Amino acid sequence: MSHEAVISDAHAAYVRRISDNMAEVDLLVPDMHCAGCMQKIERGFAATIAVDSARVNLGNKRVHVRFYSSRSTLEGLIERLSDIGFEATPFSAEMAGSQHDKAARSLLLAMAVAGFAAANIMLFSMSSWFGFDMQGETRTLFHWISAIIATLAIAYAGRPFFRSAFAAIRVGTMNMDVPISLAVLLSLFSSMYEASVGSSHVYFDAGVMLLFFLLIGRYLDQLMRAKAGQAAGNLLALQAVPATVIDEGGSHHVMPAEQVEPGAAVMVATGMRVPVDGSIIEGNSEIDSSLVTGETMPEAVGVGDKVFAGTLNIAAPIKVQATSGGDKTLLAEIVRLMEAAEQGRGKFVRIADRLARAYAPAVHLLAAFAFAGTWWWLGDAHEGLIRAIAVLIITCPCALGLAVPVVQVVASGRLLRGGIFVKSGDALERMAKVDSMVFDKTGTLTLGRMTLENAEDISEHDMALAAALGRSSNHPLSLAVAGALPCEGLPEFDQINERPGEGLIGTRMGAEYKLGKREFVGVDCPDAAVGPELWLVEPGREPVQFIFSDALRPDVAETLKQLSNMGIKLHLLSGDRISVVAEVAETLGLSHWQGEVQPQDKIAYIEALKADGQTVAMIGDGLNDAPALRAAAVSMSPSSAADVTQTAADFVFQGDKLTPVVETLHVSRRTHGLVIGNFGLALGYNIIAVPLAVLGFVTPLIAAIAMSASSLVVSLNAMRLRFDGSK
Amino acid sequence: MNILVLLIPVALLLGLIGLGAFFWALRSGQFDDLDGAAHRILMDDEEPKE
Repeated sequence: MSHEAVISDAHAAYVRRISDNMAEVDLLVPDMHCAGCMQKIERGFAATIAVDSARVNLGNKRVHVRFYSSRSTLEGLIERLSDIGFEATPFSAEMAGSQHDKAARSLLLAMAVAGFAAANIMLFSMSSWFGFDMQGETRTLFHWISAIIATLAIAYAGRPFFRSAFAAIRVGTMNMDVPISLAVLLSLFSSMYEASVGSSHVYFDAGVMLLFFLLIGRYLDQLMRAKAGQAAGNLLALQAVPATVIDEGGSHHVMPAEQVEPGAAVMVATGMRVPVDGSIIEGNSEIDSSLVTGETMPEAVGVGDKVFAGTLNIAAPIKVQATSGGDKTLLAEIVRLMEAAEQGRGKFVRIADRLARAYAPAVHLLAAFAFAGTWWWLGDAHEGLIRAIAVLIITCPCALGLAVPVVQVVASGRLLRGGIFVKSGDALERMAKVDSMVFDKTGTLTLGRMTLENAEDISEHDMALAAALGRSSNHPLSLAVAGALPCEGLPEFDQINERPGEGLIGTRMGAEYKLGKREFVGVDCPDAAVGPELWLVEPGREPVQFIFSDALRPDVAETLKQLSNMGIKLHLLSGDRISVVAEVAETLGLSHWQGEVQPQDKIAYIEALKADGQTVAMIGDGLNDAPALRAAAVSMSPSSAADVTQTAADFVFQGDKLTPVVETLHVSRRTHGLVIGNFGLALGYNIIAVPLAVLGFVTPLIAAIAMSASSLVVSLNAMRLRFDGSK
Repeated sequence: MNILVLLIPVALLLGLIGLGAFFWALRSGQFDDLDGAAHRILMDDEEPKE
């Protein structure tokens, strides 16, 4: 098999062939945010002869590329993007398991048809309601035109409801769609009968309008889920790290990490994530495993040392021999723990579903009662049927169907503007009930990256030298030094070499400068290092010490205080050393804390809190937190977290601040309040309208007004969340 | 009242054209990226050729 053939094999799932020399692919680019990024990417591709067209979708952060497969490969395209400055991952909807887009689109089409039909039928209904001098024949004509439009519209737009109602009845259960389907179909058929006998009361408009309002609710709900699914799908795609396998002949093949066989030799370049669990067979480097273990400092590794999938190789290229895969990898162990924890979570029943279980039977009983009662009381079966239909239409959960989705869409929109992604639809409901929060330390309360502590003790000259040296390395301490100064105006070095695990050597105008560990630069200083440190040595001058620490997020203290004011009990669990955790807990005034905890211990801790009757939210970022995130009732993670962890979390927040936790809790509680309020409004409306319907006072006009009014009130109520207390 | 024979089909036809336009817009992907379109207007045109 040739080199190209292997590559196209590995990525065949992503690339769709359109013709002999044309192919299409979707690339996921998580870092694009603005018009500038869109333009850079589209222009960048337009300037490439291999690319026919490229179109950015900012909504889901994907680029659709159509290219000449004879002139470029998928790897070529990704390389082109990285030249422009963007990391990209091939994406395929099938592989990420997202089928949401299609469902949302067909709901939108149904909604458009129902809306069109409702508006046009209303045109005819209005004229027959208010056209008092209308002749009988004209009215009958209008009724029949309405009947044709309504039949077509209901046949098309009612399908989602009919299908679900039919499925429920077939297995002998009830859901909200049963009364909806009944009301729509009954109103259609009875109105046809009324029209054929020339009566003046027809319900064509009510039936179609009902569908229209309910479809709006369904569509919003679907949109929410599609967004959540998209976020999850994007994260899954990012997880697919390609592995560069070296075969016996010495040639390199790129393939998905899952396809690497145990025993294969894998090349891991500097700055890449290790794709498989294995042991090093060639090269010395440093491994940053902060996302896996929560340990802040990188670890020096050499031949024979074990490395784990998901860790970052920061210093030098290494060759890794994959060890036996299967269920023995660290990642598989974490996933197994996650699944076990998920089962312990118990099934959360959404508030709307709980209501529907009681509501649907009640509505049917009421309608049957209205029919039987009228028949018995007035001896008029026809009048009974009309009242039963009126009851079904009036009680039909228009406002109920909108009550939850509208609030949730407004809430997640508001959170999104604050840089918080809501990843699952019912997360807001679960968050509202939380009374305890468990925090991880590294990367959650702290920033998870090194910052320079003693910048004021260091002269400008030394700072510039260290920054210029540090720029050439990926080591967290080098990045911290380099990040302390802007890139311009730094001294130029002729040559810089990195010694993995030790430091950097730079030559400038014949002199040799060193930046690194104290042993490396040859400092013999008695005081022991308090934390991570670097030394800079310039020929003929005193060595300079740089001290670092993993700084707390800037607003931690304030945020934790706000949370405890909101009645939340705070806990700190960390995999880091006990002494470090104790210090952080003391600084922040946290009385419940534990250090050196394993993933299993975190789950046990959360289970204990749950057994104590508390609803727990877990906030963490490490791979070791992922099982605990699943065990908790609801979970959050920063966007700097490990991919698996972000997939496990219900909310993902961006930025260096911790305030999003407070904002999420606040919005969730407000959402819960508004949802309950909306249910109250919808039920209150039913309590007034149902007796009127049973007694036969509801005309088609009143039904139409009542239905739209209640839906409007519920939507407007939800909009209050947009403006309330936003900063 | 004979004018109704003309007006009703005209009203329905106009409505249908609107519906058809919406279907077309949806099918041709105009609703796929709701955020991008807002930014696209800020992008400059191609540089004029010299």
